[in-house]
Amino acid sequence: MTQEEENIIVPGRWDLPFRHTAGRIASHFFHALVEKRIIATRCPRCRRVLMPPRPFCERCFVPLDEWVEVKQQGTLEAFTVCYARFTGLPDPPYCLALVKLDGADTALNHLLGEAELEDVERMKETVRIGMRVEAVWRDEREGGIQDIKYFRPLA
Amino acid sequence: MAKRVAIVGVGLTRATSHRVDVSYPELVYEAVSGALEQAGLQAGDIEAVAYGSMDPFDGVFAPERWNVEACAGAGVANLPLMKITTGGTTGGSTALAGYYHVASGMFDVVLAVASQRVGESLEAQLVLNTAVDPIYERWQGAGAITIAALQGVKHFWRYGTTEEDLALIAVKNYENARRNPYAHLMRMLTVEDALNTRVVSWPLRLSDCCPSSDGAVAVIFAAEKRARAIADQPAWITGAGQITDNYWAGDRTWYEDWDSLSMLARRVYRQAKIENPLVELDVAELYNAFSIQEIIEYEALGFCEKGKGAELIRNGVTTMQGDLPVCPSGGVLCTNPIGATGLIRVAEAALQVMGKAEDRQVPDVRKALAHAWGAVIGFHTLMVLSSEAP
Repeated sequence: MTQEEENIIVPGRWDLPFRHTAGRIASHFFHALVEKRIIATRCPRCRRVLMPPRPFCERCFVPLDEWVEVKQQGTLEAFTVCYARFTGLPDPPYCLALVKLDGADTALNHLLGEAELEDVERMKETVRIGMRVEAVWRDEREGGIQDIKYFRPLA
Repeated sequence: MAKRVAIVGVGLTRATSHRVDVSYPELVYEAVSGALEQAGLQAGDIEAVAYGSMDPFDGVFAPERWNVEACAGAGVANLPLMKITTGGTTGGSTALAGYYHVASGMFDVVLAVASQRVGESLEAQLVLNTAVDPIYERWQGAGAITIAALQGVKHFWRYGTTEEDLALIAVKNYENARRNPYAHLMRMLTVEDALNTRVVSWPLRLSDCCPSSDGAVAVIFAAEKRARAIADQPAWITGAGQITDNYWAGDRTWYEDWDSLSMLARRVYRQAKIENPLVELDVAELYNAFSIQEIIEYEALGFCEKGKGAELIRNGVTTMQGDLPVCPSGGVLCTNPIGATGLIRVAEAALQVMGKAEDRQVPDVRKALAHAWGAVIGFHTLMVLSSEAP
């Protein structure tokens, strides 16, 4: 063997199709989104309204079957704006947003839109924890989390 | 009752963005043969293997099978082998597995190996995105960087931490990595350089984010009698544990505080009889994949009060010359072969206790802490290594 020999690289690829079952709770939530309603499950024991809705309460370990409608406005609890381009991920910039909707006890992990994201300095002045936001709906809704296009700052 | 256990040998590999000079088994052989050599053991002395990796980064399902020959010939010796995969804590969990094998009294000499070729993945963030909830959240494009950025935004908002503080963390780690032949990034970085790198996900700049590395590590755990015979100064495990936090990103109100790590630290410090970690620990190897996390870890691990983490780096407390050097290796910020990284923290902490950390050695180390986080910041592991048996 000599030092000059090229190190050979063999290409590889994972291109594996999957399908993920949403379950009856997420399915019910998604069907309600088609009608522009945002609903959550309430724990009969600790009374927390859990968003996104889920089939059992992790704290009380009891099944959840009580539904409540929450407001379409809420508060930005935390966020980040991604400025880097990664293969297969959304085009930057995009703002990941944890939104606590009025009437819910936990935050929905979604996107913030109609905000000034392009320029970092401008973004720092305009996007803030605690700001009020509201849901913006897609015109054609298919029964999925993306039926809410994003949340936008409330004027 | 758990038996006394010590680390008696460590093997690290060089880490780069792509180790094109070695096949995967050759990389693992580099680590395992290094650990055996340091301990003065033969492959035949190994009784069982714990193996850690996060398969999708390698693009190989169950790479422990590809690497079974390199695990001290585990296949030909028909050894028991246990595979561990727990996200970023994979290496930390692999250390726990090695420790528990021996502490149970069922094995006397156990090899813990962890490896990752993140350099063979052409988009690590896309792999990380598959760890996010597929029903509600994956479509957003979240990954490890964005979740760490959420921590940063909240820490800035709550405690007034600044981009300059993050830059100080980066500069300290880059400086340390230059003394570590096993580090991936080994270049000079000034605060000005750091603040001039591009924003990846606000408030994290490129210098606040770890690289994607190829690397492997091997650590040999031994029962008390064997440990005393093998090593002049074994690194005794005096505290160890793992903690799991909740699943939903939006259930967490604690992004700036990392309460689960505080809880785990209290459990592990109690085992190790540590009351004041800043005073009693001599060195800590923390899982600082992103600069902000090192600051939050200082607070969660009780090195300072909540919100005061940035003051430790501003005052130089965690530099090599400070009271509690953190990451003499340069940390995860400078080297991140993901599944191996948590075990590298344990290996580096053990080397410090054994007095074998060469140019990055902190003088007179009696107690060292090793940490890892993983699973979209929902898991932590900790291990305390001491010069004296528990």
